Amino acid sequence: MVTIEIDGIELKVNNGSMLIEAADEAGIRIPRFCYHKKLSIAANCRMCLVEVEKAAKPLPACATPVTEGMKVHTRSPKALAAQKSVMEFLLINHPLDCPICDQGGECELQDVAMGYGGDVSKYAEKKRVVREKDIGPLIATDMTRCIHCTRCVRFGDEIAGLRELGATGRGEHMEIGTYISKAVSSEMSGNVIDVCPVGALTSKPFRYSARAWEMRQYESIAPHDCIGSNIYLHTRRGRVMRVVPRENEAVNETWISDRDRYSYEGLYSADRLTVPMMNVDGEWRETEWDTALEAAVSGLKDVVDHSGAPQLGALIGPSTTLEEMYQVQKILRGLGSDNIEHRLRQRDFSDQDAAPAFPWLGTPLAALETANAILLVGSDIRREQPIAGHRVRKAHVAGAAVFAVNPVDYDFNFALEHKLVVDPRRMTSALAAIARHLVTITGATNPAGLDKLVQSPEYDTAARAIAERLRQAGRSTLLLGASAINHQNFAAIRMLSALIAELSGSTLGYLSDGANGSGAWIAGAVPHRGPGAQAVQTSGKNLAQMQGSGMAGMLLVNCEPDLDLAEPQSTMQMLKKAEFVVALSSYKSPALLNSASVLLPITPFSEMPGTFVNAEGRWQSFEPAVAPMGEARPGWKILRVMGNLFDLSGFDYMSAVEIRDELQKLVGDVAKDNSLAWRAPEAGQIDGGTLVSISDIPIYSVDALVRRAPALQKAQKLLGPGFRISAALARKIGLKDSQEVKVKQGDREARIAVEIDDRVPESCVWIHADISDASKLGAGYAPIVLEKA
Amino acid sequence: MANEVCFSTIDKKIPWSLQTYREQGGYDVWQRVLKQKTKPDEIIAEVKASNLRGRGGAGFPTGLKWSFMPRSAPGQKFVVCNSDEGEPGTCKDRDILRFNPHAIIEGMAIAGYTLGATLGYNYIRGEFWEPYERFEAALAEARAAGLLGRNILGSGVDFELHSHLGGGAYICGEETALLESIEGKKGQPRFKPPFPASYGLFGRPTTINNTESFASIPYILRNGGPWFAKLGKPNNGGTKLFSVSGHVNKPGNFEVAMGTPFSELLALAGGVRDGHKLKAVIPGGSSTPVMPADVIMDCTMDYDSLAKAGSMLGAGSVIVMDDSTCMVRALARMSHFYYEESCGQCTPCREGTGWLARVIHRIEHGHGKNEDLDLLDDVADKIQGRTICGLGDAAAMPVASFIKHFRAEFQYHIDHKKCMVGGV
Repeated sequence: MVTIEIDGIELKVNNGSMLIEAADEAGIRIPRFCYHKKLSIAANCRMCLVEVEKAAKPLPACATPVTEGMKVHTRSPKALAAQKSVMEFLLINHPLDCPICDQGGECELQDVAMGYGGDVSKYAEKKRVVREKDIGPLIATDMTRCIHCTRCVRFGDEIAGLRELGATGRGEHMEIGTYISKAVSSEMSGNVIDVCPVGALTSKPFRYSARAWEMRQYESIAPHDCIGSNIYLHTRRGRVMRVVPRENEAVNETWISDRDRYSYEGLYSADRLTVPMMNVDGEWRETEWDTALEAAVSGLKDVVDHSGAPQLGALIGPSTTLEEMYQVQKILRGLGSDNIEHRLRQRDFSDQDAAPAFPWLGTPLAALETANAILLVGSDIRREQPIAGHRVRKAHVAGAAVFAVNPVDYDFNFALEHKLVVDPRRMTSALAAIARHLVTITGATNPAGLDKLVQSPEYDTAARAIAERLRQAGRSTLLLGASAINHQNFAAIRMLSALIAELSGSTLGYLSDGANGSGAWIAGAVPHRGPGAQAVQTSGKNLAQMQGSGMAGMLLVNCEPDLDLAEPQSTMQMLKKAEFVVALSSYKSPALLNSASVLLPITPFSEMPGTFVNAEGRWQSFEPAVAPMGEARPGWKILRVMGNLFDLSGFDYMSAVEIRDELQKLVGDVAKDNSLAWRAPEAGQIDGGTLVSISDIPIYSVDALVRRAPALQKAQKLLGPGFRISAALARKIGLKDSQEVKVKQGDREARIAVEIDDRVPESCVWIHADISDASKLGAGYAPIVLEKA
Repeated sequence: MANEVCFSTIDKKIPWSLQTYREQGGYDVWQRVLKQKTKPDEIIAEVKASNLRGRGGAGFPTGLKWSFMPRSAPGQKFVVCNSDEGEPGTCKDRDILRFNPHAIIEGMAIAGYTLGATLGYNYIRGEFWEPYERFEAALAEARAAGLLGRNILGSGVDFELHSHLGGGAYICGEETALLESIEGKKGQPRFKPPFPASYGLFGRPTTINNTESFASIPYILRNGGPWFAKLGKPNNGGTKLFSVSGHVNKPGNFEVAMGTPFSELLALAGGVRDGHKLKAVIPGGSSTPVMPADVIMDCTMDYDSLAKAGSMLGAGSVIVMDDSTCMVRALARMSHFYYEESCGQCTPCREGTGWLARVIHRIEHGHGKNEDLDLLDDVADKIQGRTICGLGDAAAMPVASFIKHFRAEFQYHIDHKKCMVGGV
């Protein structure tokens, strides 16, 4: 600690901190543009010049380290003269047309100009004009307004990890841009809008639609991934106009992903379901709530009465609130059915009894960045969980070694020290190889059945290196991503990962699906465990079993059966065969219109209260920001009425908070323990065929809301058609890039243009679900046949 | 007292060759240092005794600068030579590179040994193709003679030296921008502190000196610090290269003792163009304040005398202007230069240089306004002392000094919309 004096106030501040940090801490406001606490120091705007006694010139507070006895004046004549000079220089070439600038009213330059700018400009020359740039569908540019603070450039370099923006040209001709015209592709690109102190970078979808002072700000939680980024919803006249980050150092720091920022557009999709609807003799009719609820409940009752409760099932989207999940399972279990499932994209349920009570990240989110070694198992973490990916990148920047065992050589914004890019059929083998090395390194007893799983000596070098580094790291973690969890041999992958974690002293973490994929486990949204992960008398049917046996009655909550499930075809068949299907949905999804009997409009997250439990186990509740659209109602209210109509007890909730509190009591201190006792996994194989499909969910296709956000969809289109094979495979078949190929899966076939991409193993086809028509042929991670068309 | 240091080979048959250099005792010091393992402190003491001040323009005592280097810090350290001679009016380093490259190499090698650096870079101005090739050839000779590389002459001392050709940006003559440029980045000055001695090239301790400074080192150590100091005058040791350009009969580079009267230097350059009278002189390169004839004629050419008279010795780049010179046009040309060469990084320089250049351009072209001269003073004043590097000051100082000494000429341009000198 050193003692300094700023404006006559004595302060004790940390040695090594910069003046501006000390001043900020003490609430002494020094104007600034280029300084941003999360970015490196540039000291280029010169706005924070202050007078330091004994220094010949004014010094930039952002770049001047505190020293013992330093006396600083932030508002002395010398300091003010410097600050006002800089302000004058900043304004000479800046357009003074705030009334037509989208940033007007929330502009740092405008604010500071009020305090430090003159009222008349002495500048009589022509102002600089910079040609417009198109950097993609998300960010609007108005580069004439740029003040060259380079916050956006530093954000790209340091935070996003992609040098997409840079300053080209010298002096007054300096411009911020992409150099070669292109759309920025970072999954966090929208944050440059927030760091930009002026109207040079603004939100393209939001631009010119509202003024800052017309909007109200509501706290909320982002509903797309297992992070639960803290956000603000900005609303005007009952409509969400935009989403911006809400600072929470422990969760999302000051950033949010583009998915969280721009998905709000989907709230106002034309196919929002705003009135209850019933299918009467094959025709959809809008109806009253009373009628619809009566019909829904009596229909499901009939199923229970005629076919028995075990013929009734529920599928719940993993981004459903905790309160709704809890109520759905409460209704189902009240009716005598345990067929409750939220693991919509999972395919291997064989080890579900051994699964943790609360499959979690294994470590607090913020602690991820302190790991010395991280092994990604089946994860394109940047796109699946952008903010978790950002933490991994931070760990890497701090020196951590990152490894991956992945089906595709995904492009990360950090370098992988070692990687095993393997055909999904060899994932267990690759993991087993790592585990086997750890057995040797640690001298542990060789677990029975492990040797049998090691099939691929070619993994040896990388596998050994990974094993050694994990073991030495001190603080290390394994993260299971979507292509591990949704893999056909998930049980084996999980078992081996747990073994690796145990032998190497690493934590094991799950990057769960949706906003509440971890929370679902403690809400009881699984067939074999009740709320708080308590044992149930008889285990219900999981998704695979429901699909296998067929169901007479289904309750669908927050899911689009053709897009949110691993096996859309068999799900649709199951629904079509069912006698009665009730869907609680925010959208008139075509697949629901095709398969449901009653559609009940529930509100999306912005229009209701609720709770998401993120992957680190943080319960984050939020309140509605706007009123429900049309006749839509919060799910908890609808489920409460349904519970009562079913004559079930315990559905007299007065608020969502009561539901959460009831659940919280049941959950208590549920163990956060991902460890697993060794049980030799079966080396299950993906059957037959020489080629296998790798199917992952593209970043902007994860849920109904995102799929309806036009700007994000435009951004996703830039990724290409999403049917990729390696050059080697293309040669073998005799295909060129963009050429059509005949694709067969089971008895279905289609003609699809291929994209050549050497990140795909030769024995695989990489299909972006939802984007590519190939994903409609059948499930991912399954044999597939390509023939020259 | 001329051509005793950097230009001491200049009258020889092939001045730049290793043989010529060795004939005058070149590399003797280097060999002696390698053999005797001279204590670095002794070398630094000798350099301090020489009163050698940085020849790049700032005039910082070289020995003192060397003493700042954390010599025993672990890891890679660097010495860097600044041959990015871009200041308008300066061309002295070019001729050292061309005619006495081995003095630079020996000076850098000794510096490397003294400062614990095993690697050096000579950053050569992008337009200096011929000097670059000459220097490369000299490097090849030195390497072939075993004077550079690993375990030099069996001494166990390593020193490797590379030249790096710039890309044509004036700003890369600023030492931290130069470091960025060597690192492969855009040439933009860094904010100091930290200084290069603690955080320099690739983040490692680095000492940067001007070409002329490095080239002087072998001579200082060969003949002793006091010898060098005595060549000049107190606090202004040695001889100095002066580039005399402009309205003189015989422009060129001249090595004369520090403290030589300006009038003598002018005479060496053949005096002012025939039929004209001396009007003004910029004594140290375009960024130093201009001096009217009567002031400069009373000065001697050294740091202290010129500073006392309100200007600076700078890099010793003497721009002579006779009575045919339009001072408005001269300033307009210079201001345009700084406007084009500003790196654009920090606000006062990026915005201010353009403002200055535009207003002066306007005045020159007969569109000046009465308030413009005060405006120029105001803008120049607002740039000064508020930028990351010295380019802002370099752009502002000529403006202030031109208006101070030749205000009437500017006013005439504004009032009459034409020049009082050429009648243009």
